Amino acid sequence: MNKKIAIIDYNLGNLFSVQQACKYVGIDAIITNNIPQILDSSGIILPGVGSFNSAIKRIIDLGLDKVIKAEIKKGKPFMGICLGFQLLFTESEEFCLTKGLDIIAGRVIKFHDKKEKIRIPHIGWNKIQFPENTNWNNTILNQLDNFTFMYFVHSFYVIPKNNCNLLTITDYGNIRFCSGIKKDNIYGFQFHPEKSGINGLKIYNEFKKIL
Amino acid sequence: MKKLIRIIPRLDIKGPNLVKGIHLEGLRVLGKPEDFARFYYQLGADELIYQDIVASLYERNSLTDIISKTAKELFIPLTVGGGIRNLNDINKVLRAGADKVSINTAALKNPKFIEEAAKEFGSSTIVIAIETIKDRSGKYFAYYDNGREFSGVDIFDWVKRVYDLGAGEIMITSVDKDGTGEGFDIELISKIVSLVEIPVIAHGGAGKKEHILELLNACDVSGVVLASILHYKIIEYLTINNKNYQEGNLDFLKNNYKIKNIIPEKLDVIKEYLRLNNLNIR
Repeated sequence: MNKKIAIIDYNLGNLFSVQQACKYVGIDAIITNNIPQILDSSGIILPGVGSFNSAIKRIIDLGLDKVIKAEIKKGKPFMGICLGFQLLFTESEEFCLTKGLDIIAGRVIKFHDKKEKIRIPHIGWNKIQFPENTNWNNTILNQLDNFTFMYFVHSFYVIPKNNCNLLTITDYGNIRFCSGIKKDNIYGFQFHPEKSGINGLKIYNEFKKIL
Repeated sequence: MKKLIRIIPRLDIKGPNLVKGIHLEGLRVLGKPEDFARFYYQLGADELIYQDIVASLYERNSLTDIISKTAKELFIPLTVGGGIRNLNDINKVLRAGADKVSINTAALKNPKFIEEAAKEFGSSTIVIAIETIKDRSGKYFAYYDNGREFSGVDIFDWVKRVYDLGAGEIMITSVDKDGTGEGFDIELISKIVSLVEIPVIAHGGAGKKEHILELLNACDVSGVVLASILHYKIIEYLTINNKNYQEGNLDFLKNNYKIKNIIPEKLDVIKEYLRLNNLNIR
């Protein structure tokens, strides 16, 4: 693996920290929205914090939606983080129903707990666990123990249509939500591995191995 | 399961130095912010806050270099405040490696800014810092420019307004308690926590670890912001070369003063203490 990976820049979120986490584990990464550079990359990270609507609009305006879909289809290793994870899904209820990249079937909805007052956004550390009868062998989480702490910042969460893509689940208040998925060459995380200390860096290190 | 509480060291930065005062005034130079930040990361800090404490006066935030240096080696969330006046300023510190920004002065001068910022960068990126002083009649008012300027805005009205405008989090600083080690203003913080459904983090007054426990048992705060209690412990571990510091009040460092009312404690010791008292701490 000599080629660079592409951290997709659509002007939202802390891209610098993602790049530094890559660098820390020895991945050469560039922050870019240049299509030839993305095509030439050995892997793609789609980060992002902010609103779903403006994010998808910027991605389409930059012509990146088709590129991302095509590259994923080719089997290129891909990691979506936070909003970049949510964007993979069919649609989001943020403001009004907005279409996403529709690479994974499912919907993004807002936290709402009728039984208990929970503070939104969900900001802070929380545990990830694997769904019953599964494990993280042969995934980029293989270096982590079940119930490892990761850092979250979000008000919306995803409901995948198909449970077989579930990689991690997390509880907030009484809500159990999907905090990570794996589908073929695609990984997606609601939490921020680059903000989750040493354990988060282990995920980057394992991502390096599949490039 | 009880909600997880974040323990957040706050580093007030003036020029190249970490400083700390009392009531946000009388600043003493304590050392280099990078050295303290590294310590806190290793000891298990849940987030870090960098506050450029003179930025509002000069209308600029000068922390971009220090933010980038930090983001290269510390992989936990970083909130940056001080002198953030417009969307471009936010973008600049985020691109330098910050995850969230905290805004006080610019929000009080133009509340609509909160709405614009939340829309552009997402609510969870926007922390509204509120600095308050209690007047003689017992009313709390919002202050700005690092606790120097009186806004005339009632604190509880302001909290509700900030929440309605889309802030993602509130950091409340009791200027009366800041640096004193007298304990948190629990009455103030409890009331704010009850007014909003976004996370509230509390700053100002922790003089010993028991104060933190007392606050966390009294109300539903999402995090505790600590400065003096942590910094004065770390000083004991850092070998300080005074030649590196040319700016600011160095008497404190040179004369090895003891702090009244504050029993300094290591971050990991505080976390363990809270854990043993049945709080949910990472």
